[in-house]
Amino acid sequence: MALLTVKNLTKSFGGLTAVSDVNMKIDEGELVGLIGPNGAGKTTLFNLLTGVYEPTHGEVILNTHGKERQIQGKKPYNICGEGIARTFQNIRLFKELSVLDNVRIAMHQRVGYTMFPDAFLHTPKYVREEERMIKEAEELLDIFELSHKKNEKAKNLPYGEQRHLEIVRAMATKPDLLLLDEPAAGMNPNETAVLTSTIAQLRRDFGLTILLIEHDMSLVMNVCERIYVLNYGQMLAHGTPEEIQNNKQVIEAYLGEER
Amino acid sequence: MDLKQQRRRNTVITLVLALGSLVIIQALIMAKVIRSYQMVTISTICINIILAAGLNLVTGFTGQFSLGHAGFMAIGAYACAIFTLRDGSLVSFALGVIAGAVLAAICGILIGIPTLRLKGDYLAIATLGFAEIIRIFAQNLTITGGAAGLSNIPKFTNWPMLWAFTVITLLLIVAFIHSSHGRACIAIREDEIAAESMGINTTKYKVMAFAIGAFFAGIGGALYASTFYILKPTTFGFMKSIDILMVVVLGGMGSMTGTVIAAAVLAIITMLLQSFSELRMVLYAVMLVAIMLFRPQGLMGDRELGVPEFLKKRLKKAPKAE
Repeated sequence: MALLTVKNLTKSFGGLTAVSDVNMKIDEGELVGLIGPNGAGKTTLFNLLTGVYEPTHGEVILNTHGKERQIQGKKPYNICGEGIARTFQNIRLFKELSVLDNVRIAMHQRVGYTMFPDAFLHTPKYVREEERMIKEAEELLDIFELSHKKNEKAKNLPYGEQRHLEIVRAMATKPDLLLLDEPAAGMNPNETAVLTSTIAQLRRDFGLTILLIEHDMSLVMNVCERIYVLNYGQMLAHGTPEEIQNNKQVIEAYLGEER
Repeated sequence: MDLKQQRRRNTVITLVLALGSLVIIQALIMAKVIRSYQMVTISTICINIILAAGLNLVTGFTGQFSLGHAGFMAIGAYACAIFTLRDGSLVSFALGVIAGAVLAAICGILIGIPTLRLKGDYLAIATLGFAEIIRIFAQNLTITGGAAGLSNIPKFTNWPMLWAFTVITLLLIVAFIHSSHGRACIAIREDEIAAESMGINTTKYKVMAFAIGAFFAGIGGALYASTFYILKPTTFGFMKSIDILMVVVLGGMGSMTGTVIAAAVLAIITMLLQSFSELRMVLYAVMLVAIMLFRPQGLMGDRELGVPEFLKKRLKKAPKAE
């Protein structure tokens, strides 16, 4: 059984069907790409998987730690608890908060103390847990060499580092499946290359399964083992990078028909 | 600087500030510099700090705009008044404070669950409506004395007691803000969708912040009843909510030290303007407009008043020498 199975997933907004009958399978440890022209429904699919939208119909089945369960229609915070974390296309950091706080907030669901009395009275348990969280957060920040900036406000980081921080924050929820929505958007080729190797490293070190949306074909073709192509809300094709590169329909969708 | 050192430093500063204010004002009272007239202002400052600290948690830190704080205050005030009028002992006062706070918190939860789905202006109007409902109840129930209200409420509050309530309120709320649960609330203010995607049950924490805010409003109301010994439904109208909100906005949304400073500044301005009688409200309004023009983010913005940098460096060195 695959880690994530998507069956006939559909989302309609009134008369517009943004995602239509999508089927998908992601195995444990895979790095899968999701591509498609603008407006193809990629982000909508992410929003369905993470519970931001409720699907019109269809199933999303997650299979981790030997447990199989349906997660469609659950609340985002429950889905996060099930082990799916995400980043956002248009960066959604907690801008006014420090880098460290951004990461610690994502650890909240695993916090080992209670609101009363620990949080109100700062009991020894609180101190122990906070120290553990800071240490864990710093270790995660080290992956992207951000720990020396832990006390800076998130909004003051340069653009590329904000994207990195989003990934770190998602990692802090200890996910099994990481969804990256255009992680390389707005980056120059050098930055993209660094990001590419870091994503590969994350996957190795944490045994992560990753699904990523990306327009930068150098990143997609380099790191993804399989690629799904979405067009007008429908799954147009899927296969290895070579297969996709030579797929006539995909080329048509991106470049238009040959005359 | 690690967490332990930081905590030790903060504890020392808090102790110095808190005990300092207690001793200085107590000395001034004993030297008869502060008489009953000034004591009214000091009591108002303490009560307003307690009320505004709770509202700041809701509005400044969790980002939920509430105009219903006077409603929660009224619940605490009437609960305490009813308890102490029946018995008149210190125990009944203690029970009244607890009952008022708990009742207000329960109402906070009941009101919060349906209304906190609303955003911005809509939430403000819904909470305003709630406060009006409480006021109308107070006006029409016999147990609350109807439109005439309750009078001759036994006075139990004095400076050390008000001081203790204020300090404990501030310590608890600040401790909460600096916990994982408090950060969850702040995350909601910053970006609700991101917070939810990071595993935070946003409805739960909004209601929680609302309940905590209401709890302390209940305490503030109880102290108000005991300090001013007269309660009228009109006291807890729309303007009372605005007064408390003003302290929060003026001090800076999301700054507890700002709230303390603003509560003190506003009460002292009001006291100094007493001699201008007719012009008083005009001058008060002009001052507010001026402050908002020059400091739109409030006196403190979202920062806290801390140790100045040069002192920090010295303190940093000191613990290492130990």
